[in-house]
This record gives sequence, C-alpha cells and structure tokens, in this order.
Amino acid sequence: MGEFRMPSLGADMEAGKLVEWLVKPGTPIKRGDIIAVVETQKGAIEIEVFEDGMFERPLVELGAKVPVGSPLALITGKGEAAVAQAPPPAPEPKPAPAVEAVAPPAPVAALAVPAAVPPVAAGERVRVSPAARKLAAETGLVLSEIVGTGPSGEITLADVETRAAEAPAGPPATSAPAAAAPAEGTMSGMRAAIAAAMARSKREIPHYYLAHTVDLSAAEAFVTKHNEGREPTDRLLLGALFVKAVSRAAKKYHEFNGHFVEGEFKPSAAVHVGMAVNIRATGLVAPAIHDSDALELDPLMASMRDLITRVRAGRFRASELSDGTITVSSLGERGVDALYGIIYPPQVAIVGFGTPAWRAWAADGMVGPRRVVSMTLAGDHRVSDGHRGALFLKAIEDLLSKPETL
Amino acid sequence: MNTQQAETALAEELRRIAPDVDVAGIDRDGDLREEFDIDSMDFLNLVTALNKRLGIPIPEPDYSRFDTYGGAVAYLIEKAP
Repeated sequence: MGEFRMPSLGADMEAGKLVEWLVKPGTPIKRGDIIAVVETQKGAIEIEVFEDGMFERPLVELGAKVPVGSPLALITGKGEAAVAQAPPPAPEPKPAPAVEAVAPPAPVAALAVPAAVPPVAAGERVRVSPAARKLAAETGLVLSEIVGTGPSGEITLADVETRAAEAPAGPPATSAPAAAAPAEGTMSGMRAAIAAAMARSKREIPHYYLAHTVDLSAAEAFVTKHNEGREPTDRLLLGALFVKAVSRAAKKYHEFNGHFVEGEFKPSAAVHVGMAVNIRATGLVAPAIHDSDALELDPLMASMRDLITRVRAGRFRASELSDGTITVSSLGERGVDALYGIIYPPQVAIVGFGTPAWRAWAADGMVGPRRVVSMTLAGDHRVSDGHRGALFLKAIEDLLSKPETL
Repeated sequence: MNTQQAETALAEELRRIAPDVDVAGIDRDGDLREEFDIDSMDFLNLVTALNKRLGIPIPEPDYSRFDTYGGAVAYLIEKAP
C-alpha cells in the first residue's frame, strides 16, 4: 500500500487545498495520470501520479488544507513494496525548462519528490559559491533546501536561480509572519520567475539572431478557405500554421529541438512546442503542446485553444510547463513588425512571429501588395550556427508556402 | 433584438474574456481589440460565444464589423435572427 502525498509545488508552499479528485476509488492508474487538482496561491494545478497501481481510497476530504508531504490517498501498487517507497530522489535535478521561465507552479522535479526532503542533513556542511550565497540571501531562499549540482555537489548560482524560479513568491513560508504581505516593490511570483529564467538565459546562452520576411499569401488563403462556412468553434487561426510549421521544421533540424543540460545538448526525438501565452496583467507562460509535429491542423488548433483557455483560467498541468523542447512566440494581429525572443533555458531556440502586415512585395517581376510576416530565430550558439539557423527558418518558410502539406 | 439586448450580450461576453476592463470606460469608436486588449484567440472565443448565444454565424468576412464596439452592436442587431 502506498501513499499519494501532497506534492511540494515550490519552496514557499506549506500546504495546498485539495479541490478535486479526478479518479474514483478502485480505478487503475498509471504513472503520469492526472488524479487530483490542488489549489495553491498560484492557481489550480493538476497533479500527476508517479507510479502504476490502483487508486484505493482518498484519505482527506475535498476542501481540506493539506500540508506538503502529508498523505492524500492510498494507492495499491502492482508490487506493494515498490509503491510504498518514495519515488527516487529526482535523479538529475531536471532543469525544468519552461517552468522556470514561467512558472508559478512547480516543475516536475519538485513533484517527483513529494515530501521535499532537504537534500542535506542538518549540520552537514554545504558548499556554496559566493554568488549563489548572495543570491540566496537576496531571494530569501534557504540553502539547505537547495540541491547542489556543482562538481563536488556544491550549490552553484544556477542552482539558486533554478530554485528561485521554482519558488518565486519571495521569502519561504518558514520565515512565516513576514511572508504574509509582500513588501512594496516585491515582484509578483510570475514576474520573479520570468526574471530569474531570462537573466539566466542571457547570462549563459550565447544567443544569435536571424530574421526573415515571409510571404503569407498562401497560408492566409488556406485559412480563409478552411474557415469558410465553418462554425466558429471549428475555425483555424494562422497561429496554428505557425506552430505546425515550426514543429515540422524542428523535427528535421534537431539542433533546435531539445535541452542543453549539464554542459551538453540533448536533442529531443519528440517535438513539444512551447507556446508563449500572455496572461492578462500577470505575465507570460509557455506551456507545451505535446507532439505538435504529429497533430493535424484541426486537432492542433483544438489543443492550442484548450491550452490557452486553461492557462488563462490558471489551470494547467505541471508537465505542460516543463516539457517544451522549443518555443514559439507570436505577436498576433495587434502588434508590431518583429519579435526577438529570449531562449527559455534549457531549451536552445525560440522562433518569433511579428504581426502580419501588408507590404509592397516584388515577386515574379511584379511589385504588388502582399501580406507578409517577419519571422525571427534566436538560437543557442553552443549548439548551432547561423548557417543551420538560416536553413531552419527557410524550412519554416517553405512549409508556410505550402500550407496544404502541413 | 434591440440595442439593449445586443449591448448586454456583447458586454457580458467581453467581460468574460477581459474581466479587468470596464466596459463603461471604453471608447466605443476606438479599436475594439485594443480597447479590450484581446488577441486572435480571445477574438475567436468572443465570436464563438456570440454565435452560441445569439445564433448569428459571424463568418470571417464579417470580422471587420467588429473593429469597434459601436460597430459590433450595430452588426448584432442587424444580423439577429
């Protein structure tokens, strides 16, 4: 018999409110299933289970405020013993990608260690780099709660930043009363998370930038024709073509799709495009659409719509925030010409689309009005060069010029 | 559908999408999407909601009628079944 415990969704979280069970007692469950919804200060987060088994019964009532690490439900495992054990302590502190950038909710790594056991026993000496110590002091993080990834296990600046991004809401809850009301000038949780991830990106990633202007005539005509006579619920947005084209190109140009972890690039076989979504008056998140290269346009559009709706309602899955392999950011219809993105670590590329506009365009020896969009790439120079980046952008252009093949 | 009903439908659906914007305070002749800071997905959701609520198809070629709040109200009255 195993216990499903309240996960730690950030170092500042003491407890969460159980708002919904998504499975009934007696239901078989498998690793990765979403079985509960927990409300935190940062919104409602869907919680995945990390073992196979059967959902035996809940141990707490709906609406209960449950401390981190306390049992929520009993799970009968396939092999009892295996279930009773805590999940393995996050093997490599997965430098949760989009999560850092965006994430009030905690990354998968934190979820995998529900009880959030401090990795260093009390009294044991923790080696900390000076810069890391300074940042920890500034951000109010407790060093003993941070996993060091330096060569001898010391805590590095990047570790503190990662932790700060996971736990963006200022001082940890353990420093109690003072944490109740954020001091004037304190950044909101999401803004602090964006700040930490973007500062890390600009410090660690040698960005190079490419820009290309693309004729959208074929893509827009395709969308117009597709939407003719369709109910609004079945209509496509141009953005779906952007996401699909980038996904397909990223599948081929693998040096733009994956994560840079522990000093090396690990390309991803799957393409999960992180879609930058603006949240009104709050900030930005880039949750992933899983296997976006394999989805047909209609289901892709439905996924985008579903994801954006949930994100704006403050409800999304921890895995959606951590699984992105490349990001697409699009300014949409009411913006400016071009967007130059900052890569979300540990990803290695971000493709930006400006606002489509009418321009005088020369084609086939004639000048005429065309709808065009400025497309940019920010690439990680540790992983790729401008030459390959140019081919990657040209591949996206080529796909957008033949939308029927998308 | 009278003006009041069209106004109510539009204001309620916009409030759902942009709860932070006070409908009373907007420029009725200004750019609707800029007044409410709504993007393409928000706009498609608005069209979808009005379609369901009022039974008006709102095909894409008519989107330009939603360029302003006042224009959108006039459109809804004109097209109501």
